[in-house]
Amino acid sequence: MNFKPKVLLVDDEPNILTAIEFLLEREGFVISKAYNGLEALEIADATIPDLIVLDVMMPGMDGFEVARHLRQNSKLDDTKIIFLTAKGAEQDRKNGYANGGEYYLIKPFDNDFFVSTIHEIMAYG
Amino acid sequence: MSLGVVLLCALLYVGILFATAWRVDALAKQGKSRLMRNPYVYSLSLAVYCTAWTYYGSVGRASASGLSFLAIYLGPAIIAPLWYFLLRKMIVISKNQRINSIADFISARYGKSGHLATLVTIIALFGVIPYISIQLKAVSFSIDVLTEHQYPYFKPDAPLLADATFWVMLAMAVFTMLFGARKLDPNERHEGLIAAVAFESLVKLIAFWVVGLFVIYGLYNGLGDLFTQAAANPETARLFSLSGAGVSPTSWTMYMLLSALAIMLLPRQFHVAVVENTHPRQVNTAMWLFPLYLLLINFLVLPIALAGKMILGSSAPSDTYVLTLPIHEHLHILSLIVFIGGFSAATSMVIVSSTAISIMVSNHLVLPMLIRLKLIGQETTPRGASTLLDVRRVSILGVLMLALLFLKSIGGSYDLVSVGLISFTAVAQFAPSALFGMYWRRGTRKGAIAGLWIGFLIWAYCLPAAAIAEAGFLSQSFITDGPWGISSLRPYHLFGMEGMDNISHAAFWSLLLNTGAFLIVSLYTQPSALELTQANIFVNIHRYVAGEEYDVVKRAAKISDLHRVMGRFLDPSHVSAIFSNFEKENKIKLDQQKNAEPELINYAETQLAGIIGASSARLAIGSVAKEENITLEEVMQVLEQTREVLRYSKALEQKSSELETTTRQLIAANEQLKALDRLKADFITTVTHELRTPVTSIKALSKILLDYRAELPEEKLQSYLNILVSESERISRLINQVLDIEKIESGTDEYLPTEPFSLDEIVRTTAGGMAQLFRERSIEFTSNIPEETLEVAGNRDRIVQVVVNLLSNALKFCDAREGRVSLSLQKAGSEAVLRVADNGKGIPPEQHVHIFDKFTQLNSKTEGKPQGTGLGLYITRKIVEHHGGSIKVMSAVGAGATFEVRLPIYPSNT
Repeated sequence: MNFKPKVLLVDDEPNILTAIEFLLEREGFVISKAYNGLEALEIADATIPDLIVLDVMMPGMDGFEVARHLRQNSKLDDTKIIFLTAKGAEQDRKNGYANGGEYYLIKPFDNDFFVSTIHEIMAYG
Repeated sequence: MSLGVVLLCALLYVGILFATAWRVDALAKQGKSRLMRNPYVYSLSLAVYCTAWTYYGSVGRASASGLSFLAIYLGPAIIAPLWYFLLRKMIVISKNQRINSIADFISARYGKSGHLATLVTIIALFGVIPYISIQLKAVSFSIDVLTEHQYPYFKPDAPLLADATFWVMLAMAVFTMLFGARKLDPNERHEGLIAAVAFESLVKLIAFWVVGLFVIYGLYNGLGDLFTQAAANPETARLFSLSGAGVSPTSWTMYMLLSALAIMLLPRQFHVAVVENTHPRQVNTAMWLFPLYLLLINFLVLPIALAGKMILGSSAPSDTYVLTLPIHEHLHILSLIVFIGGFSAATSMVIVSSTAISIMVSNHLVLPMLIRLKLIGQETTPRGASTLLDVRRVSILGVLMLALLFLKSIGGSYDLVSVGLISFTAVAQFAPSALFGMYWRRGTRKGAIAGLWIGFLIWAYCLPAAAIAEAGFLSQSFITDGPWGISSLRPYHLFGMEGMDNISHAAFWSLLLNTGAFLIVSLYTQPSALELTQANIFVNIHRYVAGEEYDVVKRAAKISDLHRVMGRFLDPSHVSAIFSNFEKENKIKLDQQKNAEPELINYAETQLAGIIGASSARLAIGSVAKEENITLEEVMQVLEQTREVLRYSKALEQKSSELETTTRQLIAANEQLKALDRLKADFITTVTHELRTPVTSIKALSKILLDYRAELPEEKLQSYLNILVSESERISRLINQVLDIEKIESGTDEYLPTEPFSLDEIVRTTAGGMAQLFRERSIEFTSNIPEETLEVAGNRDRIVQVVVNLLSNALKFCDAREGRVSLSLQKAGSEAVLRVADNGKGIPPEQHVHIFDKFTQLNSKTEGKPQGTGLGLYITRKIVEHHGGSIKVMSAVGAGATFEVRLPIYPSNT
């Protein structure tokens, strides 16, 4: 692997970020972190990540809204978005896809499944 | 021409009338006659408006003052389009209220007032008797002319029995008694009579046209020739213009107004237009047909007048031109036809007028008196119905006798038109109370009485009284100088008014003051309950009557009134028995002061009818419920139907109102449950989410530790283990708090024992215990707790929880580097006030309420969530509230926050 994919992690729970950061760094991704939606938009615009892992229930701007804003930024056309959330209802899942998410993962997650999913998405889109 | 021939013709004509009326009545009795439903017959019957005044008088008037005769036909023609609203409404009201005369109409509107009915009847009598008398005069005069004054029977000074007019009157009285008072009909409909009247309207129109055509084509070579000759003659030329004829615009307007009112308010017009009406739809035809009739009958007036003036001049009275023109040409058959036309105009008016007046006189003058004098409605008196008919018949004869006497005393000196207009002015006095009454609910009985009296007195003063003076019965100075020389009271120049003819003058003042008095008195008096009911029915009749079908009569009377009236006829124990029987049958309790249901009125009437006869019962009950004209059969029918329906619908109503209440309660309860359910669901969703978050961290990190322990550096290992511990603590804290909330909200929390405990001691102990924590984080902690004992009642442990929660919050949110927290407890009146202040970032004002809700936390932009469940302050608030206290926060962004808890001191300050 010649280049390291850039991943932006967005969650208001620092401990969850700690865990994911470890898992993805181990796989060779370059990690940046944001604790809320606005921060996420700033960082995404500046770094143009290949993948964004996005929580939904966050104070202020929620994950769906963040995704809509991200999708309006043409610089991020190739960026993939994965929702990682405790909101597991069918309607939430549909909302996720409707707002531009590629994948919808439910908390709590299985580490191995999580990592392999990320790889799959990076490989096939 | 010999008297015999003339009388024979008259008798023949009357015979035809009899036959017509008889036949139609017979058909109507079998229910076969559709004549009454024919709108053309209805429209023709309205033409009873055209009397001998029209027939002879118009020509007289036209030969003196040209087109001025038209005013009294233009008035009705102009108002006819308004009948669509006015007359139809009048009809619907009258049918609904079983009204059978104009007196009844006005009295019904103002709470079925007997006083008003009597007053209107008296005014109508004063107005109409002279009017009838000139019809009699016209008939006898026309016979006199036709027989070329050979007989002495037509002189006013002839003895009564030797006066031909007496016999003419008697013949008319017999006809009217036969067809106008043949039976007691609840609707006061007289099919035969109306058929005869409609027939007469045709006869007079045809006869008038025959003579008109004779004049135009027999005496002249067509209309053009006649008018050319008339224009050449200075005597007749002036008649072509209004001003030349000496008619002022004021008079013209006044006459139109008077006639527009008379067409609806004259007793005979009200009778044919309203009482005899079978469906309001008929008015639609009459609206164009009646004005057309007026046009036709007036079309030839001017040519005849002009011809009469040119050919006869003053050799014959102008009122007789119609008759004297053919006589002058020695055309006997034609003059007989003319005579019959005039005869028919006079008879129809006399017959309908006397029928209408007799209904009013018998119902509103004679019967109230008879009932009051107990001459009717007693077991010893004859049955009510036949007595009632006798009263009618006597009234008819009486009215006609009065008319004849009037004629024989002073009427002879008056011409047809003046007497007609005086009559119009009299009945015009009904206009304010009758017409305003249909559209203005505020009009009261007292207002109507005031207006009618004032209008009537002014009329009587300005016209009949003055006429009596003119006839020489009073000093002439009464007219020229006014009574006692007061010139502003001169009957033809009231209040110094000049420039109006006598009729217009009297009409102006009487109507102005009548209307004024009606309006002002109405505004300053209060209507009674019955008046209000009636006013409402009159004004909003279309709400009471579905479509235009005649409705079943609704009657209203106080129960105590019913009692009183029945007591007039029966002994008190019998009356009480009747009422208690009604109560038992309907399972209700009657209140003497309440209004009786129509059901009860009908019941009372039927009970009474069984003893004293239907008519008397009707009258007796009518004296309070004012609905005389309803047959026993109808009462029975109404009784049968309404009793069943009423009872059934009452039961339904009760049931449905019970159901409604229950439904409303159920809906409310359901809403409450739904809201609770939503809250519960929201709570569970939030709690689940709050649990998932730490579980996610724990699961991911513990798996990492399990899989990659070997490759983890020591500090990471340490940090991950710390996270595991704190997240586990977070879970257990959350679980404890959820349980707390459950306890608090379900009310199972133990607030008892309520023994008082000392709050200052709890605060001191808790603060001491927490001081170590503050020191560890190098936060400056100060406390200010009084020495005095502040006792609070409730759950000691929960209060400890409150203090701990507040101090933990302060610990968490105070400034990270130079943290300062202070605690104070003090007494303020009957409350203990605990304040915990920190020097943290503060709370924006819009959040001050929300932070005490479930799962509300202030979030920082950069650091994510503070460690907490979002339930602490909610629980604190709940505990404080359960102890009868309150909690609030005082804070501004950047200035720290102070939480203040107020708890009532035990024993509460009494």
